[in-house]
Amino acid sequence: MNASTAPILETSGLGKTFGGGRTLLGARKPQVHAVRDVTLAVAPGETLGVVGESGCGKSTLARMLVGLVPPTSGTIALDGQALTDAAKAGPRAFGRTIQYVFQDPTSALNPRKTIRQILEAPLIHLIEADAPARERRVAELMDIVSLRPEFLERYPHEFSGGQAQRIGIARALAAEPRIVVLDEPVSALDVSVQAQVLNLLSDLRTRLGLTYLFISHDLAVVEAIAERVAVMYFGRVVETGPVDEVFRAPRHPYTRLLLSSAPAIGARAEASDAPQAELPDPTRPPPGCAFAGRCPNVRDDCRTAPPPLVPMGRGRAAACLHPLPAEGADGPA
Amino acid sequence: MSAISTSSSAGDAARTPERPKRRSFLRLLLRNRLAGLGLVVLAAIVAIAILAPILPLADPNATAPANRLLPPLSEGHLLGTDELGRDLLSRLVWGTRLSLFMGVAATLVAALLGSTIGLVAGYFGGRLDNALMRSIDMLMAFPYILLALAIVAVLGPGLLNALYAVAIVNIPFFARNIRGVTVGLSHKDFVEAARLSGMGHGRILVSEVLPNVMPVIVITMSTTVGWMILETAGLSFLGLGSQPPQADLGSILGEGRKVMLTAPHVTTIAGITIFLLVMSINLVGDGVRDALDPRLSAGALARPAPVTRIARAKNADDAAPPEGSPALAVRRLSTRFEVGERIYRAVNDVSFTIRRGECLGLVGESGSGKSVTALSLLGLVPSPPGVIRAGRVWREGEDVLSLSREKLRALRGGRVSYIFQDPLTTLHPLFTVGDQLVEAIRAHRPASHAEAWTQAVALLDRVRIPAAADRAEALPHELSGGMRQRVAIAMALANEPDLIIADEPTTALDVTVQAQILALLDELRRESGLALLFITHDFGVVSQLCDRVAVMYAGKIVEEGPTQAVLEAPAHPYTRLLIACVPILGSGKRALDAIPGLPPAVDRLPDGCAFAPRCPRATAACKEGEIPPVSVADRRSARCLYAGEVMRAATEGSAA
Ligand SMILES: Nc1ncnc2c1ncn2[C@@H]1O[C@H](COP(=O)(O)OP(=O)(O)O)[C@@H](O)[C@H]1O
Ligand code: SF4
Ligand code: SF4
Ligand SMILES: [Mg+2]
Repeated sequence: MNASTAPILETSGLGKTFGGGRTLLGARKPQVHAVRDVTLAVAPGETLGVVGESGCGKSTLARMLVGLVPPTSGTIALDGQALTDAAKAGPRAFGRTIQYVFQDPTSALNPRKTIRQILEAPLIHLIEADAPARERRVAELMDIVSLRPEFLERYPHEFSGGQAQRIGIARALAAEPRIVVLDEPVSALDVSVQAQVLNLLSDLRTRLGLTYLFISHDLAVVEAIAERVAVMYFGRVVETGPVDEVFRAPRHPYTRLLLSSAPAIGARAEASDAPQAELPDPTRPPPGCAFAGRCPNVRDDCRTAPPPLVPMGRGRAAACLHPLPAEGADGPA
Repeated sequence: MSAISTSSSAGDAARTPERPKRRSFLRLLLRNRLAGLGLVVLAAIVAIAILAPILPLADPNATAPANRLLPPLSEGHLLGTDELGRDLLSRLVWGTRLSLFMGVAATLVAALLGSTIGLVAGYFGGRLDNALMRSIDMLMAFPYILLALAIVAVLGPGLLNALYAVAIVNIPFFARNIRGVTVGLSHKDFVEAARLSGMGHGRILVSEVLPNVMPVIVITMSTTVGWMILETAGLSFLGLGSQPPQADLGSILGEGRKVMLTAPHVTTIAGITIFLLVMSINLVGDGVRDALDPRLSAGALARPAPVTRIARAKNADDAAPPEGSPALAVRRLSTRFEVGERIYRAVNDVSFTIRRGECLGLVGESGSGKSVTALSLLGLVPSPPGVIRAGRVWREGEDVLSLSREKLRALRGGRVSYIFQDPLTTLHPLFTVGDQLVEAIRAHRPASHAEAWTQAVALLDRVRIPAAADRAEALPHELSGGMRQRVAIAMALANEPDLIIADEPTTALDVTVQAQILALLDELRRESGLALLFITHDFGVVSQLCDRVAVMYAGKIVEEGPTQAVLEAPAHPYTRLLIACVPILGSGKRALDAIPGLPPAVDRLPDGCAFAPRCPRATAACKEGEIPPVSVADRRSARCLYAGEVMRAATEGSAA
């Protein structure tokens, strides 16, 4: 790996467990492994899409990356520097390098603050800019996200969802981070506004040389904006690789199920052949592959231990013992 | 309900946000007549109390044994004198002043301490929260007047100690109220956003959370200050508060009690004063609470009528029943929300027909009027502010909107049923799903519980819930989102409807679950010849399920036709652009075709075509007059002056 492709963001064995411990009476509280053993690397200037269903750990992963949630295990490295005490550092340590955009744009803005106050907060607390510098930067930010400067003195409830999300993006960019974690940034927006915001995001990435971690449940949106994708299921990354290849020829049966479930113009609803078993109980995870209950390829060995994420060539990897055939191959692998 | 958006010709980004007229606090307060009355009385009392030093009053503490117990209206003593010959009027004014001061001071102390505890407990949560709130609970376990007495017993009688006692006793009210609100707020995204902006916890608590909690603190203060005055007066009455010769209202009452038989005027006058003071404060306090509570100022607590108000203008061209016998025929329906002077035209001249066994998709962005259309069909739009101003809804040769209330109620959940986005809105959290199905069945036809239970299990089986008999015993929250939506569908099927109205039933579900629910609906519809009105914002879903599609924009149906034909060659520019801006799986990384701007606000619709400000084809003619739907093909129409051309261009474009 040469210098230009050294990852700007790396995680290794990252995990988060909620709950656990004991109650006052000494009974064990249920534990939920929201994220398990996530190892990822994002190259500078790249957009990594993260897809998966609700509850699969996408948001917990994102919040660990920006320091909102302390990880239970594993490490995060920004720019090659390991944040060893990530658990204690909190968002202030991360804020200048990595920032976050929320799913619900209006709830992420304090209803009692003006847009100026909201945009100035990171400038004051993260980079300690003086008043004239703040004034300049705030005007610049409004320009970057194409909002008129006179909106600065307004309150959040006066804005539409799309405008509020632009403000959320401006706030994330205020302290000039190099990585932005976008957690379902367009899911709460109408399709026509969604396209406006997606276009703004790709434009900003090129102009400012940003790196994105883009979380979405919508595969088509991820395909439109990302170069690489990580598919998550039940807290683990089950498949990664270049978006177009993974979506064209998935190797993990879950990826294929996701792809075939996405509603597409021109397709008719068909009774899916997948068994209707739902996600396993997160407090009592199965011993083997978590997808076994829904998987058409399942065999006995799938139920013994969780399959590891193994390389499958061309920058791809999948966590499956009996993966789907590779592109071009005509029999099962 | 979605926010009401404003109109503009420029893009969303450039649009000037609307500045909603804030209803002035005083106007809200005075809207409540009792509160207004209380305010007048209270203002008078407070003014007199404040002006006491400069009013021409006798010295309240100057005794004159010769003049003891003079009756009211005696010379020089308007209200008479007490047993030491002190002027009662003067004592009352000064006593009111002291009582008011004590009540306000105790309130401030209780608010400061209680709110701090509540804020800290609510924000940090966990063990700290547990420890703080358990101590508060212990404080509340005592009857509070006993607790106050105990505190004074420890501290010794005296004005200041009474104040402390009353303040301490009231801390729990503040702590609990404020904690409740803070818990909700500290899970809001904006608190995390502040952390990401580099703020520490202390700063966040003071500058982000506190401003949002302030209204609750003010409400709690305004509703407790009256009681605190009463409680301090109570302590003084027992001789534990203000010490002679200084007197507050409580001690005047206490002193008067000793001479109650000979000179009842002393107690009577003091009692009336206390009553007026506390009553006026409580009336104002309740008024403040109502005025500050956003739910009340939005009029949400006005009880909606069971049926939407229907006030239709006489209209000749919708009067004839439709030909054939469709499952539903809507003709020129208009539903408006009339809020003060503003009129929101949520549904505007909407017509469509659903044949038996047919599925019509109603597509549009949020706020375009899809849900209001669906609710209008059976008069379910809340009134006020909703009014159906025109149109008819035909079913089996009858206009549903002209039916009696009883017939309408029988129709709802009977032959016509609804499925909503969030199944929890129709499921009761405390009853098993089986019992709720039994209830739904027995509301419409006589059946024993056992019979109905068997049918309930059969229904759960029909919506492909595995182990239906066991699941019937489950409470709604024990089921996953997808399973709950299946239960909601079972409820909708309970009385063999011929029409189901489904408002975004899969929007909140994951794609894999959505695919299952869509497949289920499609199977059910084919099995039993159900007609379906399927509301969604997703063209992909429409194309999977619906025979026909109607596209809504700003309250109107702008295009309607067979799904495939509309998707292949849209005849309305809005349809074309809306389809184009949805990313399609398999087309790679690219910029999307966004539609500039935003939909107009439905209380300020432009003249002519509502889409004109965003339409690339718009001409001057588009901005004048009503644009009627024009037929572009068999059973296909669009509200566009250039519908034919748009459709032809699309056909050629896709052929090329
Ligand atoms: N109770 C109400 N009071 C005032 N306006 C309302 C109310 N309910 C809906 N509206 C307005 O009616 C319009 C249509 O809303 P709706 O039917 O919910 O749209 P959709 O279902 O297409 O998202 C919107 O402008 C909305 O704000
Ligand atoms: S490991 Fe086995 S059960 Fe899991 S996805 Fe692969 S084939 Fe299916
Ligand atoms: S009527 Fe005019 S403005 Fe409206 S959609 Fe047609 S071309 Fe556009
Ligand atoms: Mg709706």
